[in-house]
Amino acid sequence: MKIDRSKFLECMAWCGTGAIYTLAGPGIVGRALADTMSTPLAGKTFVQISDTHVGFHGQANTDVIATFQQAIDKINALPQRPDFVMHTGDLTHLSKADQFDTVKQMLGTIKAGAVYAVPGEHDVIDDRGASFFSTFGHGAAHWYSFDAAGVHAIALTNVLDITAGGVLGRDQLEWVRSDLAGQRANTPIVVFAHIPLYAAYPQWGWTTDDYMELLAMLRRFESVTVLNGHIHQVLSKVDGKVKFFTADSTAFPQPAPGTAPKPGPLTVPAGELGQHLGIRNVTIVGIPGPIAVADETLAQ
Amino acid sequence: MKLIPIILILALVGAASFKPLAAAADEAPTTQVTIDGYAFKAPSITVAAGTVVVWKNLDDDPHTVTAVDGSFDSGGLAQGDTFRHTFSKPGTYQYYCKVHPMMRGTVIVKEASS
Repeated sequence: MKIDRSKFLECMAWCGTGAIYTLAGPGIVGRALADTMSTPLAGKTFVQISDTHVGFHGQANTDVIATFQQAIDKINALPQRPDFVMHTGDLTHLSKADQFDTVKQMLGTIKAGAVYAVPGEHDVIDDRGASFFSTFGHGAAHWYSFDAAGVHAIALTNVLDITAGGVLGRDQLEWVRSDLAGQRANTPIVVFAHIPLYAAYPQWGWTTDDYMELLAMLRRFESVTVLNGHIHQVLSKVDGKVKFFTADSTAFPQPAPGTAPKPGPLTVPAGELGQHLGIRNVTIVGIPGPIAVADETLAQ
Repeated sequence: MKLIPIILILALVGAASFKPLAAAADEAPTTQVTIDGYAFKAPSITVAAGTVVVWKNLDDDPHTVTAVDGSFDSGGLAQGDTFRHTFSKPGTYQYYCKVHPMMRGTVIVKEASS
């Protein structure tokens, strides 16, 4: 991918310590290694974390609590306190009460304006998410929106009644339609859900069956950023003015699409795990303005 | 006053007849299905009515054994967990994993041969 040098340096100036950066506004989308730099704090910020899988004890990570804690320590050490933190699902591995309790306590130590979550399929195993929604939800609603950090954020659930990929469903899509109806075209929109809201790799179920209908509703906006988890790695795609990003897990990586017979926890050589886990810092530079998405591994 | 001895005899007979039934239950035919590599192995099995099917999850990702018709549901199975279900009536039972719905399996239950 070609990156214009002047724009690269402009981005470097405020992408801070991000190992992988992407400008989600007009201009460039790319990835590059960046040295530790001072951050000018040009805008409001929020953080995405994902797939903490509390309760996982497999070979791929024998201490998911420790790596979750490292992620929290990174957030709490940020030079600017984020306006909010969003956990994009699979908080737990098995939807157990003690696992939800551990996650709640750990999320409670994050220094941010607010902490939100959307469920992953691992959070809704036995009770269609009743435990999740009573602990982390917003009343009876399985979806919600809020305004923070200069963006209109929409938090969706696409892990109930799943087929192969995620499902939003008629009721939720109609709710999104009415929620967006009141938003101006130049309002930055950020959409969160666990399973990718685009066809990241349908062969492994890494897609959402009815995402095209959502995408059609988002097209009139000048800046749309869609942030997902589920696949435990950073992938991105640009479709017009809509930018999609999947996030690293804090627990364990998964294979890149098609590089293994099946998805699932990937065991990497000892000492390299932190390079495959991470958090995502997002900076909103002016309203309206570009949104910078910077992924930082736990090894940094 | 012969009622009490009769009840006692009935009770003794009942106790005696219960034991063989319990032994029969222990000897119910059992078939195992492993869950390995995001698949039910074997994905389709045929058993006689009365067979106990035992699923064991070998993956370090959780799975469920959930009947399409809702007649049984294991809940989340962690690595090494097992789930048992007795298939009493002949029929075709389709099931899937709620966490990974592309994982599908079938149990075909035939009349038990006498």
